[in-house]
Amino acid sequence: MLNSLSYGLLLFMLSSGLTLIFSMMGVLNFAHASFYMLGAYFAYQTSTYLGFWPALIVAPAAVAFLGALTERYGLRTVHKFGHVAELLFTFGLAYIIEEFVHLLWGRAPVEYRIPPILDFSAFSIYTTQYPAYRVFMMLVSVAMLAALYLALTRTRIGLIIQASLTHPDMVEALGHNVPRVFMTVFAGGAALAGLAGVIGGNAFVTEPGMAASVGTIVFVVVVFGGMGSLAGAFVASLIIGAVQTFSVAFDYSLASILTGMGVQLDPESAWYELWKVTIAQAAPVLPYVLMVLMLIVRPKGLMGTREG
Amino acid sequence: MLSKISRTAIAGAAAVFSGALFSLGAHAQSTIKIAYLEGLSGPFANVGEVGLRHLQYAADRVNAKGGVLGQKIEVIPFDTKTSPQEAQLVFKQLVDQGIRYMMQGNGSAVAIALTEALAKHNSREPEKTVLYMNYGAVDPSLTNEKCNFYHFRFDADVDMKMQALTTYMVQQKDIKKVYLINQDYAFGQSVAKAARAMLTKKRADIEIVGDDLHPLGKVKDFAPYIAKIKASGANAVVSGNWGNDIALLIKAAKEAGLTAEFFTYYAGGLGTPPVIGEAGVGHLKQVTVFHSNIGGSRTADEVNGYRKRFPDSKDDFYWTSIMAAVDMLARSMEQTKSTDPTKVALALENMKVDQVTGEAYMRADNHQLVQPIFVSTFSKSNGKDVKFDVERTGFGFRTDARIEAKDTVLPTTCNFKRPKG
Repeated sequence: MLNSLSYGLLLFMLSSGLTLIFSMMGVLNFAHASFYMLGAYFAYQTSTYLGFWPALIVAPAAVAFLGALTERYGLRTVHKFGHVAELLFTFGLAYIIEEFVHLLWGRAPVEYRIPPILDFSAFSIYTTQYPAYRVFMMLVSVAMLAALYLALTRTRIGLIIQASLTHPDMVEALGHNVPRVFMTVFAGGAALAGLAGVIGGNAFVTEPGMAASVGTIVFVVVVFGGMGSLAGAFVASLIIGAVQTFSVAFDYSLASILTGMGVQLDPESAWYELWKVTIAQAAPVLPYVLMVLMLIVRPKGLMGTREG
Repeated sequence: MLSKISRTAIAGAAAVFSGALFSLGAHAQSTIKIAYLEGLSGPFANVGEVGLRHLQYAADRVNAKGGVLGQKIEVIPFDTKTSPQEAQLVFKQLVDQGIRYMMQGNGSAVAIALTEALAKHNSREPEKTVLYMNYGAVDPSLTNEKCNFYHFRFDADVDMKMQALTTYMVQQKDIKKVYLINQDYAFGQSVAKAARAMLTKKRADIEIVGDDLHPLGKVKDFAPYIAKIKASGANAVVSGNWGNDIALLIKAAKEAGLTAEFFTYYAGGLGTPPVIGEAGVGHLKQVTVFHSNIGGSRTADEVNGYRKRFPDSKDDFYWTSIMAAVDMLARSMEQTKSTDPTKVALALENMKVDQVTGEAYMRADNHQLVQPIFVSTFSKSNGKDVKFDVERTGFGFRTDARIEAKDTVLPTTCNFKRPKG
């Protein structure tokens, strides 16, 4: 249960940035997971000099800076050629970042460890210990959700951001620099991914393949939750975290259900290989199944609002 | 295209250079070429590069003693991108270049594709046969139903290692409940199958309490699997996982306070120990044909020699199988006074080799090297029985048991046709 929560919250940290950028700018950022990876690597580099806590600030800031540069000198230029160009741009960027990581840090995983101060078990439930670091991960994630929500709905900046989305001309006429608002949003989204990298990089493994391994699942979360909906992304992350975690525990397969109902199955039966796949084995596919189902039943996602 | 150009350019430059050095010979001295087929780009490139350095190291050693039959060994790397299709194309290339010896070891799928291409080629062109030295692809089928006269394996296969591992496990009286967790593909499935069969046969009171297959390289968070293992009450876990799949598994186990012992194949694989770190100490075991702390001054010389030649901390001596392969190849050429793969292959059969781990020999009936196998535990290095750490992490392996070569021999279904020498 707690495992699913912590995994779901990490997913949320990752996907919130993506959904934010999408809702604000209409850009589907394929390089988002790469920013996550950069966050982890920057944190690793910073932590070798300064320790983990400074890294928590420095790494997301550095990623935000890169995000800002990407928007200012890349996306803004590409923007006028439409969505396909933007998509291709971020797609290419993802590859560039990956190769860059190869060159700089090598292909093998780096030694990015959990800080010793958080490396103990916080409490135990039914003899299973729960590590303090996971509690910390959850706290950071929830704090981020709260901060993000408040910033967008309760502050002046949030107001301007929301306004520049729907009425950019009007906001510009009022004397605000709309392109800069976009740049800030993109940088902010990248910073969120970077933060997730700092937190996730040492809990899991920091290596060049990490972007690819979370890239797809993040998209699933965003699509499932509804494109551009922060609350949707939150709920979707939790659901997908739970689905993936719980399904591992079930060793039932179609075969065992059918046998339970009195159907005789043996290796000779048609499609036997299919019947004996257990839910646990299929666990990693389930989020994608969910996404496809969601697109069929409710194309705009869980909490998505389709804007014109 | 580009690589072709650059290769020609390099070859040209090399020719000019050697021409300058040996002004006597009009054309460069002929060499014995060994093609090295491995993923040298893409996700497994680091693994491929490490193997290449081992081969280079082994070849240099032979060359320093004057080479073989007066010729130097030349290593020519080819990039297979760790893909079976790509490997078959590369195989055509090396045949076109007239290379007669090749080496590969990462990925049994690639190895199977290569032996098939090799068998076809060798039967069509018996004058231009190629010999295949496999230093690490451990699918048992390669020396059983898919065996081939021109394929030689220098690493122990999945079943042999499982045989060794289970021999050790059944002696540990406290092991009662065993959990199997493996990657869902050919190798992981064969580990699970072999573990189940051998454990239950060797000790009736051992209970297999779980058998999980998870997708290869896709699982980020092993916490739910660990919860499941804990719930099953297992006190031993057998896993063939490698790379991040083993590192993440061990980390998750530590986090959840799982105290079961882990019996693995690749905990010591290059790149893995730095990620595992403290989390594996004391209860993480591996079954291998070599690790740096098997003892003996020759082992120390080997490890130190390699470290001197390749001082990068991400690199360490690992593949004794490559050393054995090159050593045996050189000796069978000297013995037969020939570089013809068919003659060399016949000489390799039953050949003995004095490895750092002890004496080994090449089985004639399936071309599998029979050698001692070690079970060892991940420990803090202490300068005594854990003298060498792996990849300068401060952690190394301590030998728990040495299973003698003769006790690892398994029956084979191999039945190849032997050409006349």
